[in-house]
Amino acid sequence: MKHEILERNSIFLLIGILIVVAIGGGVEIAPLFWVNGTVEKVSGMRPYTPLELKGRDIYVREGCYVCHSQMIRSLRDEVERYGHYSLAAESMYDHPFQWGSERTGPDLARVGGKYSDEWQRAHLSDPRSVVPESVMPPYRFLERTALDYRNIADELRANRTVGVPYTDDDIANAKRDLESQANADNDGVADMTKRYPKAQAREHEGQQARITEADALIAYLQMLGTLVDFNSYRADAPENRR
Amino acid sequence: MQETTTETPRRFDLVAIAAMLVAALAASIVEILRSPDPLMVIQAWTFTACIAGTCAWYLLYYRNGTPADEKGTYANNVIKAGVVASMFWAIAGMLVGLLIALQLSFPSLFYFPDLPWTNFGRLRPLHTSAVIFAFGGNVLIATSFYVVQRTTKARLFGGSLAWFVFWGYNTFIVLAGTGYLIGVTQSREYAEPEWYADLWLTAVWVCYLVTFLGTLWKRKEPHIYVANWFYLAFIATIAMLHIVNNLAVPVSFLETKSYSLFSGVQDALIQWWYGHNAVGFFLTAGFLGIMYYFIPKRAKRPVYSYRLSIVHFWSLIFIYIWAGPHHLLFTALPEWAQTLGMTFSVILWMPSWGGMINGMMTLSGAWDKLRTDPVLRMLVVSVAFYGMATFEGPVMSIKTVNALSHYTNWTIGHVHSGALGWVGYVSFGALYCLVPWLWKKQRLYSNALVEWHFWISTLGIVLYITSLWVAGIMQGLMWRAYNDYGFLEYSFVESVQAMHPYYVIRAIGGALYLTGVLIMAYNLWRTVYGNVPETSDVPEAALVAEGAR
Repeated sequence: MKHEILERNSIFLLIGILIVVAIGGGVEIAPLFWVNGTVEKVSGMRPYTPLELKGRDIYVREGCYVCHSQMIRSLRDEVERYGHYSLAAESMYDHPFQWGSERTGPDLARVGGKYSDEWQRAHLSDPRSVVPESVMPPYRFLERTALDYRNIADELRANRTVGVPYTDDDIANAKRDLESQANADNDGVADMTKRYPKAQAREHEGQQARITEADALIAYLQMLGTLVDFNSYRADAPENRR
Repeated sequence: MQETTTETPRRFDLVAIAAMLVAALAASIVEILRSPDPLMVIQAWTFTACIAGTCAWYLLYYRNGTPADEKGTYANNVIKAGVVASMFWAIAGMLVGLLIALQLSFPSLFYFPDLPWTNFGRLRPLHTSAVIFAFGGNVLIATSFYVVQRTTKARLFGGSLAWFVFWGYNTFIVLAGTGYLIGVTQSREYAEPEWYADLWLTAVWVCYLVTFLGTLWKRKEPHIYVANWFYLAFIATIAMLHIVNNLAVPVSFLETKSYSLFSGVQDALIQWWYGHNAVGFFLTAGFLGIMYYFIPKRAKRPVYSYRLSIVHFWSLIFIYIWAGPHHLLFTALPEWAQTLGMTFSVILWMPSWGGMINGMMTLSGAWDKLRTDPVLRMLVVSVAFYGMATFEGPVMSIKTVNALSHYTNWTIGHVHSGALGWVGYVSFGALYCLVPWLWKKQRLYSNALVEWHFWISTLGIVLYITSLWVAGIMQGLMWRAYNDYGFLEYSFVESVQAMHPYYVIRAIGGALYLTGVLIMAYNLWRTVYGNVPETSDVPEAALVAEGAR
């Protein structure tokens, strides 16, 4: 029995272990970076606007992923309940991905546009005021906390480092774009939507000067799943079949 | 520390530890002074307090030169500290678990709209990290230090490095846990701590590997005992998983926030390659190391089959790594990767049961002890739960089953049958063994209390997993139910409403389990500080027999 070699030499044992545990991950993960078609070619995907990115930071900070998935599976009932099954392309700019693993609450992959901003605001502040059976925690503090966006340009830059195609122009205008999207009457809106097509600038009720964390989170929720143009996406095309 | 080093110039360990502590302190003071990020400042103060505490501890511990514990055959004090920390984190982590179970059961009672840190989204990672990494991690560190010394007949390598591993690891836990509460998280499941906490853990983990491997180098036994293979696989693989999964770019070195290096589908598979193997190597391989030492020791029987332990060790660690994609079935992950992951998950049943059979059959000729020794019973029942969970897992990874079970409470129930039944019980069994052995007591304070612990917590587990089986399957069926007209029968919120009774039963199950742990803590406390007679006859020698020789 040659196993004795490993039992008598701790370094051989360690090397043996490392080789054996490296194989599976290597075979499964590495091809995802170079096999064509892993991420579908779609039209409509763009990086997050600065306000949406800030909203996503809050989504990540609050751990929303522990109860909400953002991944509609290719099953009949899910497609009928939530919409077109999620494409890999739809999370291509998500660092990290937020597909989730649990649906204590519903999937959010296509929640964008399903409810009004007012509904979202009321629901975040006190979920049971609009959905009595809900078990979701209240997020009233988001409405009362001013959004901290001093570092928004750095955040775009960090995203560019990990592969999100933000341009120098996007980074230089990050702060202004954020403010324009939060205040629809701001004159930078046209400029912002040129950089970020389909971005929704919103009317701000009350304290105009103050952008809250709730504003950012709602901007993020309202764009989820709205970018890809499914009229031009051919799910049956050979390159999209998986 | 400087004084100690000058007294005994060969203490490279203390010099290295002092250097690491000073570097950590310096970095954290820079953050306090320069960071514009208020969360980073809080984290840096927390870290500074932990490091300063560690420095103070070192100065006290070495104030009279080399302490007595460092002159004995084996380092025991660091293991004692690990036992205490394990119990502390078990109670803390399960208490948080109970709280969040109550939040889902009675949301209007247990949520506080103006206290963000009490929300489910922040407490749930605190619960999982506290029970897996704080409780489980301390149990693994303590038992591995105990087992590797006894089975190699050598003192821990690296002098005081083991203490640095203990303090450094618990510092990581505190930094991570307080971070979640204030909103510092990567929101990667089971890998939530941010980049600087990950860097600190990497340094600590390298020290852990050096301590463990160094002790193997020093061994006076020709063979490396099987428990140590599992511990080594656990330490080495967790290092690989931790580093790759946490690759990220911080917004700046003065900010808590970072963005992961990978995105979307690649990120998803890397995360679940990590996530599933945190189960495979942290919660399985490491705890199998415990099984392979403590069950034979307690039953006073050799391991059932040496050949089986070789076969199941290598096949387990090879196959586990492939199983990650079963968390991503029917998602945007390419079909070939899903199928590969499902196939290996089903195959994984075999090596898992190889381990179960080897643990169970070690009782051959000693089955009668199950009646008289509740500690051994706990260890054996843990292996039974291991067998159950590792059968349920492959079943749930079959695509047709997963279509129903994924995203439901069934998954939570499955995880807890492994966590409460296997990881919890094998840890409790090991701790019940270790306390009398380390504190040189003839026996535990009370076997009757162990019986109470065993039966109360078993009832708790049964309530927990059965309620979530029902809840999960009901959820899955409600989501896919169609009415006579071909429309979806239920709105989502109706499935939320249907969960209520099962959430309540789950919380009761969790409360019973926690009650058992409180009984255990009392029993161990009285064993150490009560009037249990001392003994010099503790099992210091290596294992009675190994199937090998």
